[in-house]
Amino acid sequence: MGIKSVETKYMEERDALFQKLKNVSRRDFVKLAAISAGAAAAKGLLPPHSFQLVNVAHAQGTSPHFSFAYISDTHLYKQKLNDRFVRSILKAVDDVNALSPQPDFVLFGGDLAQLGAKEELELGSQILKSVKAPVRMMVGEHDWFLDMGEAWKGLFGAPQYSFDHKGVHFVTLMSVQEKDFWTARKMTPVQRMQTVAGLDNGVQSRFEVGQAGRDWLKNDLAKVDPKTPLIVFSHSPLYKYYRDWNFWTDDADEVQQLLSRFNTVTVIHGHTHQLLSNRIGNISFHGMLSTAWPWPYAPTGLPKLTVQMNRADPFSQFDGCGDGRFDVGASAAGLVDKIYNLWERNPVTVRASYLASNGTKDPPPATKLVTY
Amino acid sequence: MRISTKISMMAVAVLAGGGIALADDKPPTHAVPASPNGDLVVALCDGTTSVEVKGRKPGEKLSPAEAKKVSDELMAQWKKKNPAVGASWDRETLVAQNTPARPGTPAPAPVQPSTGALKGNIPTTTDRVQEGTYGAFTTRDEQIWRASTQAFVDKGNQIFHDAKAIGGTIAVSCDMCHPNAANTHPETYPKYQVQLGRVAMLRDMINWCIENPARGKPLADDDPRMKAMEAYIFAQRKGVALDYGKH
Repeated sequence: MGIKSVETKYMEERDALFQKLKNVSRRDFVKLAAISAGAAAAKGLLPPHSFQLVNVAHAQGTSPHFSFAYISDTHLYKQKLNDRFVRSILKAVDDVNALSPQPDFVLFGGDLAQLGAKEELELGSQILKSVKAPVRMMVGEHDWFLDMGEAWKGLFGAPQYSFDHKGVHFVTLMSVQEKDFWTARKMTPVQRMQTVAGLDNGVQSRFEVGQAGRDWLKNDLAKVDPKTPLIVFSHSPLYKYYRDWNFWTDDADEVQQLLSRFNTVTVIHGHTHQLLSNRIGNISFHGMLSTAWPWPYAPTGLPKLTVQMNRADPFSQFDGCGDGRFDVGASAAGLVDKIYNLWERNPVTVRASYLASNGTKDPPPATKLVTY
Repeated sequence: MRISTKISMMAVAVLAGGGIALADDKPPTHAVPASPNGDLVVALCDGTTSVEVKGRKPGEKLSPAEAKKVSDELMAQWKKKNPAVGASWDRETLVAQNTPARPGTPAPAPVQPSTGALKGNIPTTTDRVQEGTYGAFTTRDEQIWRASTQAFVDKGNQIFHDAKAIGGTIAVSCDMCHPNAANTHPETYPKYQVQLGRVAMLRDMINWCIENPARGKPLADDDPRMKAMEAYIFAQRKGVALDYGKH
């Protein structure tokens, strides 16, 4: 099996514990809880409460219909230049391969590369080949703007596609198109890529799915029953959070309109590198973590349902980063629970019921250290 | 010569305001229309504008008043052709003239004489005031200083966004984790930094980030890059109350 990280071993032990807990009697449960509390205390996780008992309560009788995991925003440079981000994606691969039971598939959430170079994308492609479950790819702006997607498409195919899985219709969008800002400025492809790679410059355009992308989506959804649970993958959040950092999709309103006739819609996005939750109409939105670095919350526009993750410890390379899992509910509603597997922290679950109830039910654990 | 100075300033205005890129090879040529009377024709460096000087032949000397008239006429014609540029055709002139910048220009916003810090320093009434040379600066001085300060901040901005400039070895720049210097909270220093086991200042944390996430060598405390980055970071937190020791 090779060497496992401390975190991976920890997650494996925890998963094993929960598997055992699923069918225990009350008497045995008390015994087991005491053992797990002791085990946690021995690892220095004090005090012995939080995730253990809470998760046990949820573990009883609520096994998901199916699960899928994710790895996102790995931002790989060439290996020779930067091994730090390589170690991070390897850690995430280790994590998803250790999940038991295995997820039905692993979503890659975009920004595999940092500067869109063929070598960066190929490195990522090679690493993702060691994921045991099938991988579903999504494109990000860091993968695209050096050669306008040529290398990425060569490795992974069309950036927009849909598929059906266990009664759920899945759609992957290319949501990071940008209107041409480079020709008038006589930028080289490298300059264009570097501009898009920066968050806080006002030079680049805002992200959009674009007319062609929306037409494709409309056409794809036309044949799907509104009662079918719908899960949409997009790299940028499909709503308007913070324009200056492109935490934003310019035609989000039009895209939401196309999704509005479905009973249950979940949008899962990358790009924001933080714990992020939103609900607009019938649509629940979940942000994904990055393996490379966390981002602070934007100064304005944070959705009110978002419970912020604690700000990251600058002294820990992995803090505030991670990967995660989505549990799709067994009911026809197809509601999705989001598990943020934050490295070096306890995991945080954002439940479908929390978003569907507009924040009145099942809130995630509160923030201790807000962005400031 | 006043006319040549002004025309050379016009060149700057055309290039900056009109968005025309400098060609690497040949200089632009300007074929002026011939005067029907054989009079002197003065061309503007924009390559299209010219003025005929009635009654003056090529080679004759213009008086300062005549030369001024010619330059004013060229300027007026150019401004007519470029109405969008408005008063801000030249940044230095703009600052010196205390003309409000048009929206969207990168020039610093001039302080209105009746607002801000100036109110306390320069009386607007005719009341008797204490005399002295210290503090006897004008709005124009303040604006020039403000522009210099902004240039320093801009330098810091550039370093903050450049992995090579901070001496990083893995292409990680500051803005990758701190867009607009978010989560740098300079107002909370000095504070006890548990991980360092001592009280730290902002520059200690900048150096920590250079050494660790960016894998470079720490900068000296008086390194111009360090100063410029501090300037940029503080500039992003204008108006936030100082709160040293905050965690």
